[in-house]
Amino acid sequence: MRTLLLRSLFARPVTIAAPSAENAALTEVGHALEGRIRRLYGRSLTIREVDAGSCNGCELEIHALNNAVYDCERFGLRFAASPRHCDVLMVTGPVTRNMKVALERTYAATPDPKWVVAVGDCACGCGVFEDSYAVIGAVDKVVPVDLHVKGCPPRPIELLRGLVALVDKATAKG
Amino acid sequence: MSETLQTLLQGRTAIAGHRPWPRYEIDAATWDALGAALAAGEGTLLGLWGDEGLVHMALSAPTLPTPAIVTLAVPDGTFPSVGKHHPPAIRLERAVCDLYGYAAAGAPDARKWLDHGAWGITAPLGSRAPAPLADPVAYDFSPVHGEGLHQIPVGPVHAGIIEPGHFRFTANGEIIARLEERLGYVHKGIDSLTTGCDIDRAARLVARVSGDSTVAASFAFARALESARGISAPPRAVALRGIMAELERIANHLGDIGAVCNDAAFALILAYCGILREKVLAACDRVFGHRLMMDKIVPGGVAHDPSPAELGVILAMLDDIAPLFADVVEEYDDTPSLQDRTCATGVVTPDLVVKWGAGGHVGRASGRDFDARRNLAYAPYDDLGFLVPVFMAGDVDARVRVRIREVEASMEMIRMLIDSLPDGPVRTQATGASAGEGVAVTEAFRGDLLVWLRLDGSRVARCHIRDASWFQWPLLEASIENNIVADFPLCNKSFNCSYSGHDL
Repeated sequence: MRTLLLRSLFARPVTIAAPSAENAALTEVGHALEGRIRRLYGRSLTIREVDAGSCNGCELEIHALNNAVYDCERFGLRFAASPRHCDVLMVTGPVTRNMKVALERTYAATPDPKWVVAVGDCACGCGVFEDSYAVIGAVDKVVPVDLHVKGCPPRPIELLRGLVALVDKATAKG
Repeated sequence: MSETLQTLLQGRTAIAGHRPWPRYEIDAATWDALGAALAAGEGTLLGLWGDEGLVHMALSAPTLPTPAIVTLAVPDGTFPSVGKHHPPAIRLERAVCDLYGYAAAGAPDARKWLDHGAWGITAPLGSRAPAPLADPVAYDFSPVHGEGLHQIPVGPVHAGIIEPGHFRFTANGEIIARLEERLGYVHKGIDSLTTGCDIDRAARLVARVSGDSTVAASFAFARALESARGISAPPRAVALRGIMAELERIANHLGDIGAVCNDAAFALILAYCGILREKVLAACDRVFGHRLMMDKIVPGGVAHDPSPAELGVILAMLDDIAPLFADVVEEYDDTPSLQDRTCATGVVTPDLVVKWGAGGHVGRASGRDFDARRNLAYAPYDDLGFLVPVFMAGDVDARVRVRIREVEASMEMIRMLIDSLPDGPVRTQATGASAGEGVAVTEAFRGDLLVWLRLDGSRVARCHIRDASWFQWPLLEASIENNIVADFPLCNKSFNCSYSGHDL
């Protein structure tokens, strides 16, 4: 009966339990992010994810940012359901011709100031899908991109590092 | 009907160089009769795809010793519709028409499917004739008539971190009268990109058809290519492929179990499944150098030969997650308020999964006792005893329970495979200049995944990938009927069909 819930109440957080190299990097990245976002947005940077043609690999890793190990919310980063509620569009995939209008409309629906992060090799440069009649290519061919996070797909830790870089850029812009 | 599926194919000479299953060239009358035989329940449609001047259809039947591929020449650009007899073929025929321009004569649905009028050309693998751009929103959804009905359009951009697709609900108050899907948004032209391309590029493309099934797709591609070349991967590589495929299955099922419970507002299981999934992916990363093990299965073998210490990482991870997973399962079992949402929700009837040949958890939750690892046995599973869980209820709960049992079975399989891992090389030479055709089906986490290819020297002349989702998406429409709108996310996640794997 509810042993899982009880254990959760008394367990140490998995997020900081194992101080391996990767977790150390995670903590370091996280604290850097927290300080900058607090100055800019009072600890809040809201993200809307848009799959504009991805194979779903990038989505799996972006999902992982929400799990207890990476727990991006502790850094003030959260994902919203609507572009109208967000500051950042995180776009994956080579933009397909069938998704071009949807991406443009999502961008238009996002209030200013806004930033676009292109996530993954396809979003950054078209990846393996180059030369297809069905693909426009990199995200910056459709909407302006403020940051590129490469990888196929990028690891969650690399995504967090990328968001730090974004906040650097956001400071310079704002 | 006078002729059965078996007699229609009996005594024919198979095309030379097509392995391991036969391919027959047939005429239009036989093609049509096969469609009727499928509709009569004599067999299962495994795929239907276009080729230059041809259409191919893969099918299996209890009366046939192995699955077979039949090919019909389409000199005048039309072929008899299978879909007019057998509805599972309808979307496949619409896709053939969009890509090649070959029309299915008598097809019940002539609307475009993958072609949203945004390519600037029609029939990209056929005439490539210039076409004006169309309004992407313009699409004739099937009319729904009745009092008090309203429509709810959802997508292509969804609320979660998921792939794009459009769902058009027609609801009466809270009750869904009809769901119609519109897909194709992430169509990347993979059929075209893998036509006439070198083998390495084709392998990279196949690995990126659907990121969650990258191992299963690369596995099928490698086996199809090895069949076409008449070679086989070394025993150690075969076992390692099995280990990777089961790791992928565990990781995806853990994600799905958590996400289904979260869609029923039970976040605790999501939190634990997220941790478990992360442990699996971290182990994959340490051992194979990639969290999703992308590009790690290659034609001729595998890309990495793990050391005993690395295999120990996998075993230690399994020992770590097994007791916690048992707790998660107990929590699911002990929470009636959660089962109140999952039980009797999104029911798919057994006759539908049989008719559609729906694989994976969708089929096995509705009584279809089919698993490609056993029914179309391939190495390393042909030597492995394992449980194929089957449930009868056909609801969200049954699809969750299939996954739970499969996670347990896969953990056991990985232990057995590591225990009996043969020594030796992990790669044979897969290059060469021979021609040939190959086909393979692997059991991805969401069901049977078919890869068919034709080699032309050192290049892939044509390669087609058919994800399990093709035969599951239509059943999602059926499952949601008479459910409330709020239960759609739950049903959708319990299917977890692939958008990218379907749209190609």
